Amino acid sequence: MFRLCLIYSMFTYIVRRLIQGIVVLLAVSLICFIVFRSAGDPAVSMAGQYATFQDIEEVRKVFGLDKPYYIQYLRFIANALQGNFGLSFVNRVPALPLILERLPATVELATSAILISVVFGVGLGVLVSLKPYLVRNRLIMAGSLFNISMPTFLTGILLIMVFAVYLKVLPPFGRGETVTIGFWRTGFLTWSGIKHLILPAFTLGMYQLAVLLRLTRAGMREVLTEEYIKTAWAKGLPPRKVIFKHALRNVLIPVVTMTGLQFGELIAFSFVTELIFQWPGAGNLLLTSIFEQDQPVIVTYVMLAALVILTINIIVDILYAILNPKIRYE
Amino acid sequence: MSKGFFKSKIVHDFFHDPSAVIGSLLLVLSILLAFFAPSIAPQNPYDLEKVSLEHFLTPPIWMEGGEPGFLLGTDDQGRDIFSTILYGFRTSLIVGFGVVLIAGTFGIIVGLLAGYYGGVMDTVTMRLADTLFSFSTTLIAILLLGLFNRSGVFVVIIAICVADWVKYARTMRGSVLEVKEEAYITAAKATGAGDLRLLLRHLLPNAIPPIFVIVAVDLAVVIMLEATLSFLGVGVPLTEPSLGMMISIGKNYMYAGMWWLVLFPGIALFLLVIGINLFADWLREELNPKIE
Repeated sequence: MFRLCLIYSMFTYIVRRLIQGIVVLLAVSLICFIVFRSAGDPAVSMAGQYATFQDIEEVRKVFGLDKPYYIQYLRFIANALQGNFGLSFVNRVPALPLILERLPATVELATSAILISVVFGVGLGVLVSLKPYLVRNRLIMAGSLFNISMPTFLTGILLIMVFAVYLKVLPPFGRGETVTIGFWRTGFLTWSGIKHLILPAFTLGMYQLAVLLRLTRAGMREVLTEEYIKTAWAKGLPPRKVIFKHALRNVLIPVVTMTGLQFGELIAFSFVTELIFQWPGAGNLLLTSIFEQDQPVIVTYVMLAALVILTINIIVDILYAILNPKIRYE
Repeated sequence: MSKGFFKSKIVHDFFHDPSAVIGSLLLVLSILLAFFAPSIAPQNPYDLEKVSLEHFLTPPIWMEGGEPGFLLGTDDQGRDIFSTILYGFRTSLIVGFGVVLIAGTFGIIVGLLAGYYGGVMDTVTMRLADTLFSFSTTLIAILLLGLFNRSGVFVVIIAICVADWVKYARTMRGSVLEVKEEAYITAAKATGAGDLRLLLRHLLPNAIPPIFVIVAVDLAVVIMLEATLSFLGVGVPLTEPSLGMMISIGKNYMYAGMWWLVLFPGIALFLLVIGINLFADWLREELNPKIE
């Protein structure tokens, strides 16, 4: 009976989160639509540079831009649901495939960065928390403070300066050789691809690494003073078990939540990283589109980013609910 | 514990913590340099009459080819790097303090009301806050500035504020929820104090200390964010000085070995931010007695 109750409340919780997610997506789409319409007459942009007045009116009719705003908005939503966000003003091709084609590069960069930040962040955080007063650990903490005081773009530029311009051991930009598997172009499978990935991945992961390091250290320091840890030591359990099984487990919940919640930040900083390293990803495409005022591509990107962030949020929330039995499904 | 004692303790702790002292010194120094930039800087880099292209890409004074009057060298337009950094500090600090002031005030009010009244208002604002938080201030600012295609110092401040108030609102709400349960609040209620009096006279002053840490941390984050936006080209316009933009210009010359265009503004930005962070770290430990 209790179990059934639990499953039921879990179910309503998930449904509620999904509805919330849809409301947010609708809000984002409304903002996009308003911006789209207030940024200038799309009929003029679509008709092209040499269009006559008649051409523009023609375009207006064909694309339904002469209809009332709410009908236009509904049409925008209906099209968006089918993955149709219109043509890029600049390249004259559908906006969505344009972004999707660039996505593998961004996804590979972002995953490598998350991996680096979690592995090194949590690892060093645990190491430092055990003996905070060692000189080596104080140096690590000082390094983490240095890192959160350095914006991502500066980290990237300094890494290029040291490793590409002066030491000349790693390439300063580009993605190197890639291998195409189906629709996915990967850089993971060639030596040149890996070499090109190292600097950008560290650049993107570095700030997050420092944040997670500090979070893990603070969490571990609190947990290590708890009674149940003292009990575990007193029982004579091996240190490995006390640290990883009893202490770290309780620290990991905020770490996982933080990693999930920082996804928006990660996307934002992927723009910066991709710009610096001329990484051929979706972020670079977005920045170019911003400069060219290519509204359909920007809008598509915003909607896609919103969808990804909300999905990850819901997954993190559900994971959190499963990991932490104390949570109330409010 | 009397108030005087607390005050003297915090002052005592401050002067016995080297990182707090160094951090505040860096911040105060930057503020002074920014404030007096017009009188300290050898050149006004944004006065077209004072800048001459013939001095472009001059290396720092101690290097071969360095020229007197250009301590840290010049950029591709012949602007003195040292002077441009001082003017850049102005933009950094105006945006930093501007956002903290606007987003902070708004967030504190929202957090106070949400925590005190609860109910639907609390649910709605906190859901909105969660959403904005997960989209992140940085992403929202970049996309808004990109979508609306406007630029200017004030526009940048507003674009950052759109999501930045959330940090203040959440912290304030949490703090209010704790303070609300204290006996002196119940006592004040029992004496017939009105909502407004209760909020301003009792809840606000007692719930606000955790906000101080957020202010310090946020100042550092916002200054880095302004630099990032200007680096990406969606921040302040080309006619305004900004450390981020200096670095963005300098990166084109870095491969040719002209490192001073990037390194000096980079160091300046780093020193400003780490100064604030050192102070924030000290403040956090000082106000949080839980961690030894």
